[in-house]
Amino acid sequence: MTSAPPTTVEDPGAEPAPGPSHPPPAPGRDRRAAWRTRRHRWDVRWSPYAFVAPFFLFFSAFGLFPLLWTGWASLHRLELTDLSRMEWAGARNYLRLLHDEFFWNALGNTFTIGVLSTVPQLLTALCLAHLLHQRLRAATFWRVALLTPYATSVAAATLVFVLLYGRDYGLINWALGLAGVDPVDWQNGTWTSRIAVSSIVVWRWTGYNALIYLAAMQAIPDELYESAALDGASRIRQFRHVTVPSLRPTILFTVVVSTIGATQLFGEPLLFGGAAGQKGGASHQFQTLGLYLYEQGWFGFHLGRASAVAWAMFLILLLVAAVGGLLARRLRTDR
Amino acid sequence: MRGGTQGRRPRTRRARAAPAALAAALLLAAALTGCAADDDGRTTLSVGTFGVFGYRQAGLYAEYERLHPEIRIKENVIERSDTYFPQFLTHLVTGSGLADVQAVEVGTLHDLAAGQGRRLEDLSRAPGVRRADWLGWKWAQATDPDGRTVGLGTDIGPIAVCYRKDLFRRAGLPTDREAVGRLWAGDWRKYLDAGRAYRKRAPAGTVFTDSAAGVYNAAIHGYPERYYDRSGRPLYTGGPAVRAAWDLAVRAAREGLTARLRQFEKPWDQAYANGRFATVACPPWMLGYIKEKSGDAGRGLWDVAPAPRPASWGGSFLTVPKAARHRAQAVALAAWLTAPAQQARLFARQSSFPSTPASYGMPELRDARNPYFGGAPVARIFARAAQGAPTLVIGPHEQQIGTAFTDVGIPQVEQQGRDPRAAWAAAQKEIHNAVDE
Repeated sequence: MTSAPPTTVEDPGAEPAPGPSHPPPAPGRDRRAAWRTRRHRWDVRWSPYAFVAPFFLFFSAFGLFPLLWTGWASLHRLELTDLSRMEWAGARNYLRLLHDEFFWNALGNTFTIGVLSTVPQLLTALCLAHLLHQRLRAATFWRVALLTPYATSVAAATLVFVLLYGRDYGLINWALGLAGVDPVDWQNGTWTSRIAVSSIVVWRWTGYNALIYLAAMQAIPDELYESAALDGASRIRQFRHVTVPSLRPTILFTVVVSTIGATQLFGEPLLFGGAAGQKGGASHQFQTLGLYLYEQGWFGFHLGRASAVAWAMFLILLLVAAVGGLLARRLRTDR
Repeated sequence: MRGGTQGRRPRTRRARAAPAALAAALLLAAALTGCAADDDGRTTLSVGTFGVFGYRQAGLYAEYERLHPEIRIKENVIERSDTYFPQFLTHLVTGSGLADVQAVEVGTLHDLAAGQGRRLEDLSRAPGVRRADWLGWKWAQATDPDGRTVGLGTDIGPIAVCYRKDLFRRAGLPTDREAVGRLWAGDWRKYLDAGRAYRKRAPAGTVFTDSAAGVYNAAIHGYPERYYDRSGRPLYTGGPAVRAAWDLAVRAAREGLTARLRQFEKPWDQAYANGRFATVACPPWMLGYIKEKSGDAGRGLWDVAPAPRPASWGGSFLTVPKAARHRAQAVALAAWLTAPAQQARLFARQSSFPSTPASYGMPELRDARNPYFGGAPVARIFARAAQGAPTLVIGPHEQQIGTAFTDVGIPQVEQQGRDPRAAWAAAQKEIHNAVDE
């Protein structure tokens, strides 16, 4: 904490104000006062840096350094089995990615699963938030209930979903059987597996987004609704013409956050894939970029290549952020 | 000790919760830095393992501490070998965070020895270690061309076939284990013939075997040269062993002899409980698995017969890093834990099958009959397979090559119904991607 004297806001160079409590300054006292003001000046200038320093130290140790080192490693041939040997490879790891059909497959899957999970998730969240915004009995209970999936660990949730989606003894196939539908091999089908993985994501994140929407909805002034109601707008029209436009910035925020999450999707497909999860299915039908990175680095031991995948992902995210920013500006000028 | 030259299978046996394992690994890394502190005058030796090795459960640590009052033993277990191994490698390079004794799975042994062999102790000259105690092929697996032996063999995975007597009887097949063994003796193709006979009169809702990948693994481990020949030339693009095992697995899948399951995944467990398949290729560690998953309902229904050909699926080794804190004591501990008497005791308690033939005559094995499996003399059956098993040539990227066949190629045929030729091409592409640098 600062030991700043109570004169903090005063001009440090100013003479002490004369007054009854300030007897004429003695020479020694003068020097002490000068020292105090100097110390105070340093304090004001440097203390903030000291306060934020821990964050930057940790960030450089656990954020910046790994980032830079990964970039450096991506320019080398580096194997986990022999970490002491780094051979310069230039752009080879990146050029290789351009012709790597497994990489493109993973990129496509990441996009597909991202769309399959983000769109229904945000739409459902919006509807749920709208419902919760009405006068409800036990509103707090519902809000907490919404957040429960988000609080569940990926591992626990996914393992349950694996059981639900089982081919031979899964609950979903059992229910389909009741409806007269043949059992579906969820994990081995191309689209069925992607839908299954997406459903886990949707289940986990819908409530979280709904709460964000709810918070934003509660900030919309009631007068807007009242005047809309006076104009004879129905509930649905109020939702479309009052709620959604007011939520625009919030929606954009959730879209960007969900997109980033979708790009980094890892735990759900890994566990959904079972014992060979890092492959994302026998024909890599649900292998995401995150899984491909993991397979290259920690299963194939090619750290250099895995680093290149990591940086490619990073660049893709920058691209996504840029598009998001552009969109935001467009939305703002639209209004 | 979980076998699997294709390492990955068995190593996922105990737990499939990767994040949990990851979290455990992190905790462990934190714990490791603080371990091996020598207080009260005793030396703490740490043993790093993956899965259940069973030393503690069999009381071996306690006994060693009794024999050596100055030693205390601590075990750091990581559930999955695919979490354990990369971590071990990084620790080895940095020379920190290492346990004094570290276990290694046979599928990753070559990659370890080739890249980091010089960071490991040569255990062949350790006091109390007698090369003659071990099966020749087991010793050879951990010995590099310079004659350095970096690992002492622990368990092995000699293969038998576990079968359901009740299903065999209903399908009109013999049920006596010797007669069942004779059905397919000498050739895995005869195993498929038995499957076809089974299919003709199969009890409703059951199939002959669990998975095509299981058949592939059982068959390919009987060949000395699978993915590489003795001079190190790659054979995975179509060597005789790969071809034979692939054809066998693909035929089993296409003819509907398999339950289209993937080993060590939930549906496989459920199929055990529901008695959905009649046979499974089984190394010793599988016995405990079957017992656990089939439960009381399966007691007395299962039995064990010799496999068509002797083979060993998996197994592990103990190594001592040169950077270990207590190197000499660690070497002594590794030698003691892998000596024939201790391996025999481990078998009695944990069904880990000894890699030391001297154990086979010991009472723990000689008289071993498994009551769950109809009183089968399991040790005798496994010992025969162990002594007949070939010296498997282990090369680089063993795991990645193995999984290209068992997790990509074969399931594409078995589960996704793809054309075998397309699936073979996919497996080759997978290998190319994993090996090419």
